[in-house]
Order: sequence, then structure tokens, then C-alpha cells
Amino acid sequence: MIRVGIDVGGTNTDAVIMERAQVVHWVKTPTTVDVMGGVLKALELVLGESGLSPERIGAVMIGTTHFTNAIVQRRDLAPTAAIRLGLPATQALPPMVDWPEDLRRALGEHIYLAHGGFEFDGRPISPLDPLELRKIAEDIKAKGVRNVAISAVFSPINPKIEVEAARIVREVIPDAQITLSSEIGRIGLLERENAAILNASLQDLGYKIVRAFSQALRDAGISAPFYLTQNDGTLMSADFAEKFPVLTIASGPTNSMRGAAFLSGIKEAIVVDVGGTTTDVGALQHGFPREASIAVEVGGVRTNFRMPDVFSLGLGGGSIVQRDPLKIGPESVGFRLTEEAWVFGGGTLTATDIAVAAGMAEVGDAQRVQGLDPTFVEAAVERMQQMIADAVDRMLLSPEPIPVIVVGGGSILVRDKVGNLPTIKPDHYPVANAVGAAIAQISGEVDRVYALANIPREKALEEARREAKQRAVEAGADPSTVEIVEVEDVPLAYLPGNATRIRVKAVGDLRLA
Amino acid sequence: LRRTWKLNDADLDALTIGAAILGTGGGGNPYLGKLRARALLRQGYAVRILPFDALEDDDVVVSVGGIGAPVVGIEKIEKGDECYRAMRALEAYTRCRATALIPAEVGGSNSIEPLIAAAYANLPVVDADGMGRAFPEVQMCTYFIYGARPYPAALADEKGNTVILGKVQDMYWLEKLARTVAVDMGAAAGFTLPPMRGEEVRRTAVPHTLTQALGLGRAVLEARARRKNPIERVLEVAKGVLLFAGKVVNVQRRIEKGFARGQVRIEGVEGFKGSSLVLEIQNENLIARRDGEVVATVPDLITVLDLETAEPITTETVRYGFRVAVLGLPAHPRLKTPRALEVVGPRAFGYDLDYRPLEGRV
Repeated sequence: MIRVGIDVGGTNTDAVIMERAQVVHWVKTPTTVDVMGGVLKALELVLGESGLSPERIGAVMIGTTHFTNAIVQRRDLAPTAAIRLGLPATQALPPMVDWPEDLRRALGEHIYLAHGGFEFDGRPISPLDPLELRKIAEDIKAKGVRNVAISAVFSPINPKIEVEAARIVREVIPDAQITLSSEIGRIGLLERENAAILNASLQDLGYKIVRAFSQALRDAGISAPFYLTQNDGTLMSADFAEKFPVLTIASGPTNSMRGAAFLSGIKEAIVVDVGGTTTDVGALQHGFPREASIAVEVGGVRTNFRMPDVFSLGLGGGSIVQRDPLKIGPESVGFRLTEEAWVFGGGTLTATDIAVAAGMAEVGDAQRVQGLDPTFVEAAVERMQQMIADAVDRMLLSPEPIPVIVVGGGSILVRDKVGNLPTIKPDHYPVANAVGAAIAQISGEVDRVYALANIPREKALEEARREAKQRAVEAGADPSTVEIVEVEDVPLAYLPGNATRIRVKAVGDLRLA
Repeated sequence: LRRTWKLNDADLDALTIGAAILGTGGGGNPYLGKLRARALLRQGYAVRILPFDALEDDDVVVSVGGIGAPVVGIEKIEKGDECYRAMRALEAYTRCRATALIPAEVGGSNSIEPLIAAAYANLPVVDADGMGRAFPEVQMCTYFIYGARPYPAALADEKGNTVILGKVQDMYWLEKLARTVAVDMGAAAGFTLPPMRGEEVRRTAVPHTLTQALGLGRAVLEARARRKNPIERVLEVAKGVLLFAGKVVNVQRRIEKGFARGQVRIEGVEGFKGSSLVLEIQNENLIARRDGEVVATVPDLITVLDLETAEPITTETVRYGFRVAVLGLPAHPRLKTPRALEVVGPRAFGYDLDYRPLEGRV
């Protein structure tokens, strides 16, 4: 079966065609202001150059930064109401309490607390009050808001109360776009609620982007289903992605690390992904990105997503180089590289120009950088190597030599060695992230507290396993390939009935129609 | 006016980090408490600290804190006045007014709870506590170890229930009964210990621990800002020892009698290459064995920090692959007397080990 992987970055949009484990063809094109123009261009190029007939494509996997950018830049976010069920508990910290002021304002500060929610053992804190919820829904409706996030205390144990609240809200606002916190995630009310609110605010954009991708694929003659990659390196179907756009956040670094592992065949390494504006450095363990150990913030909002442990530095092919004193980045010409860099006839000196002047790369017109002082060029090259070596050093676990896999369009900036570590540039290194997207699998996850006094541990684990697998299948996995990849059971201190938090993740290959 | 000083917004960040370091892996996450205290400061409430040596003999000091389970704390966030109402209930029962509050436990989230109750009550918080770290149970408070009466005490939940424990046989019964009530309240409640006289606090408390937590947190924040090594700074400030640096390779957990017990195995990096360290955990980190040899035991503080950022890592969140530094910080002398060791020494936690001070091991 043939897969197409697409990576939409801030600078470049890449497309790769893969047949089983082989890269057939790839292209790299500048990301366009309208984004979809670039996606269509990449698709047309990769199909045209390879001569592949669009009908032969079985699936398209897309990694995109659209949603991360929307949150970080506070753009295209819909006004969103947050309803939390938990009164009289939780008043001390209402929804969005720890959000940056500007992001909270971007969503409109429509914050509501209502009765409902559960104790750890499933007892209700207080009964749901339909009248109270109806009033809240009417208030939301009067404000013209239709994006709503609903959270309830301990809803991962029992999601029913959120479902019931959504039903009441829909009675008042029939076209409401509702995200339930129990659909997104884990124990930890604020973090789970934050993710639900962000997701609700991204719904309109999610709808728009999924439509646009769908259109771009159709325009390229592709009728195969398409998928978006999530932060854990697995896929979600277009329908699912439209409902849960927030799960795409930080999928970029994960894709490039998974792609680097796949292309190089190396499972323990440091991965350096040099893009147009930034370089991401992460560590591969058993072929998967090492996860960050601390709470991860997205646009200043705490979430409990499991994100790869990545160190980003402001160095890429488009980084602006200043002379006297020498300074490289973090400012970048981004996707205007092919207009603004010296070697492309522009007037801004970039890291790419330095690499060309130093003979490390052949792009654009080398004549245009011949006049640069060789001493200055050497100093700038040295500075870039040092910046990358420092970042790699931060990610090292031990002084033992470990390979450094260099990928990404800006890899021309890196010499044969980083510090004293050998570098590897695998075949097709410029499009490792599109490859990572193309090889991605499908996952399902469960995170819940079980009272092991009421249910034997084995039975609870079995139930969680079954449900995780079912979620993977619902997300589009082939049932015959789904397997459990992570089981974590953490006994909870001080709780009666041997309360245990069980988290299970299942992963399987993409099911093809 | 009393000789007090005010805690500001920036202090809260430092205090949270310091309290988590003193939490030795347990004590609950102080992040939510910090947000609550910050919200109060912004509403104009004041959090005032009373220096330990400014305590007067006839001060009436009440210790407050949360009792429950850490995982409930991050899910069923407090209504906000649980500790305050427990304190008022106890005042009404005893017919005496508190003149100052004090933490029962400086390690973890219970460093912040008294600050919040004190802001509501407009009372200062004494710069001291009853543990100098985190411990799993209330009888491990130095107040009781050194003879403070363990009753009456009070609990309050978010629903409006308050419960007075009018008379208990000893500090172990106080723990047992309070725990049962707290679980029925949903495993999260405000808990107020019996009022103590200022003179009694001076005799029994672990002094200067709020300022110690602040100092540790400030050291970490400053080191991060100046791109210095924050772990070295923590060791300097706490006069501690670097027990180990390495990568977590195995975590085993089980529940025994309500406690999360387990072992964390760490393989050495840098100067500890080739060695391994095993931590025995029971909510907190209790014993550290390096290559089979015991290098630190409770009540000395064994604290696990992220190797780079010095972010404290709890026993509930530690996972395979984390890169960590394991630090030993000497416990306060009041935790190391024969009387204290009976309650908080290795044998009190079921380990067949004699306590040997950290200082003597190095």
C-alpha cells in the first residue's frame, strides 16, 4: 500500500511517497501564506515528479502546526465558554485561572461553575442541577457563544455527568460545539479542563482546516482517507481530528524523531532537526522520543499531554545573521527564505548564505556570497556548530558516545561532527518529519482510577486494556494489529479500597478500507 | 504591632519549589496552593510571617493543613475555606481565639494551606512547622512527639460539614480517626490540630522552615536565571550531600496498608557511572542504597530533583527515563533524638535499620 506523508512547517511544506518501508519520492516546497496552496503544490509536485497515479494512494498522513500556531499566536480562536461541574468544591480555582491574560481574553472569559462532579469513589459531590445548567446555557447563548468546554470533577472515572450536561446545553444551543474533558484526558482537573477549553476554541479552525486539507487532496486527485498526527506520534482520522484538533499540538518534533529513527534504523540517538527558523533537539529511546518529565505548557497553558522532551533553539536555515557583533537568530526570514536570502537574490544575510559561502551546501547562486570575508564566514559557521553542540549536550544522558542523527531542511548548517560526536544524515534526511507522519500508527488510551476492593486488579487491567484497544479501533486502527504498548498502574496513597490509577495505551496499524 | 513580614507574589514561586524539595517526594503538589495564595494576594489579602523568635509565651497557635490524598487534591480542588472553617470550628469548641497559625508539615502542599487560612483570618503564620519535611501521618508531628496534647481537633469539608474530635487516646488515634473522617469527606478536608501555647511551640516545633523553603526556592530560581547549576546551589543552601546522579531505569509500586510503597532504581551517570542507587519509597523517599550500601535514611531528607532544572520529582510522578539527582539533606536535630526516632526513624517505617546521621556517613 502506498502512503503519502505531509509535513506543514513554518518554513517548508514537505511531501513524501512511501511504499511499505521504502521512500519512493519526496519534495520540499515553501509554505505559503494561505498554507493550503503550499500543500496542494507539494502534492502536485510529488505526484508529477514520481509519475504516481493518485488512485494508487491508500492513505495520506499530515503533520501540521496550524493549531499550535493558532494558540501561540492567539489567532483564529473561537469565543469559548467553560462550564465546570463540581460545586461546592473547586471554587478556589475557577477555570482558566492560570492562563495568560491575553489568551483568556481571546476566548472571552465566559466562565461558569455549576453543581455536579464525583468523589474519587464515584459518589456524587452534589447532584447535577438541570435548571442551573439551563440558565448557564441561556447566558452563553445570549452572548452568542457556541463553543463550549464541559469539565467535571473525577469525570475520567465516570463521564456520564459531562454527557448529561452536554445534552442540556444542546437543548438550549442546538448548534453548540461541545468538548467534554473526559474525552481528552487524564486525571488532573485543571490540566484536563485546559486541554478541553483549548480544544473547544479550536473547533471552528479544526473544521476549516480539515475541509481545506480534504479539498487540497481532492484537487490533487486523491480520494484516499487522510489522517492527522498527534503529539504521541500516532494518527487520528480526519473526522476525529476535526473534533479533537488540540491533540495535534507538538506532533512536529515527534514526527521528525520517529522519522529519523526509521530512516537511520537507529533506536538510541540524539536527533537534531534543523528547520527554517528553529532547531529541535530530542533524544530517541527504543526508537521513540523521550518524554518530558515536567508539565508541558502550550502557549502558556498547563496541560498534561505527554510531550517529547525537546530543546528548541532559534537557529535554522532562515536565521538572520548580523555582523559586528556576530549574532545568528533567533529572528528568521521563515518561508521568505527563497526571496530574501542573498543566494536567492534577496538582501538579508541568512544562515543558509553562510553555509553556501563555507562550501557546506550548494543552493541558490553561490556567486552572490563570494564577497563575504572568509574569516567572518568561518566564525559564523563555528558559532552555529557551538550552538548545536550545546543543545545536544543538554540532551545527553551519559558521556558515552551516541550517534547524532541530523535531519530537516536546515541540515546543511551542521558539519560532520557535533562536538566530538559523529553525525549521521540518513537518506531522505530533509523530509524526516513527513516520513515520520507517513509511518505513524493509531493509538487509544485509558486513564482511570479503579477501586481494587470492588474489582480484582487483573479484571480492572483487562477492562482498561479492552477499552484502550477499542478506542484505538474507533480511532481507525486495524483490530487485528492492535497491541498494548504501555501499562502503568499507580496505587494511590491514603485512599480506601486499594484505589489504583490505571493508564493503558494501545497502538495498531492503520486500517485500510 | 507584631514583628511580622509580608509574603509577596514572587515569594510564592520560591516557596512552592522549596516546599516541594522539603517534601522528599511526598506532601502533595504545592502548585494549586500557590495559585490560590496568589489569587488571595491579588484580591488584597495579606499573608504575614511571624519570625520564630517573636513568638510570645501566651500566643495561641493553631496548626492547620489539608488531610486526604494527593490525587484527590489535583482533581477535587478545594472550595477554599476548608482549613479556615476547621480552625473557626475548633475556636468555637475550645472558646479560645488563635493569635497565629503554623503549618503541620512544610513539605509539599501543606506549606501553603496555613497561609491561605491565615489570610482569611488576618493572622500571621509562624516561621516553623511540625515536621521540617513531609511525613505521611499526623503523629509524626514534633508537636506530639514532644508532648503536645493530641485533642481536640477539627475537620471541615467543602460541603459545610465540620467534625470535632473532642477526645482521642493518643496521637495515633488522632491520625486514625481523622483519616477515617477525611475519607468520608471525599479524601480531602481541612484539618486543624489542637491549640498550642507559644511557649509549647518554641519547645516542640522545627524552627525557621518557611524561610528555609523560601531560601531553597530562591536559590533554584536564581541559579536557573543565571544559568548556573541549581542542584549545587540547593546543596549549598541546605548543607546537603549529592547522593547520586542518574537515570531512572525501574519503578515498582504497590499499596500496603494505604501507603504507596515501592522501589525506584537509578543507574548512574557522570561521576556515578557504573553505580546504581535504589530508593525505598512510602509516599516519601525513605531509604537510599547505593550499590547495596545504605547512604541515607529517614528522617534525613532524601529528595529527587530533575538533573538539569532541579525541579522536584514526587514518588507518584517519577518514571522510567527521568534524569535525576538524588540529594541527602540533614534533618533538624529535633527529628533525630531517640524520642523522635521512635516515631520517625527507619524502624517506625518497618525497615530493620538503625538511623545513622547523614553527616556521619560522608
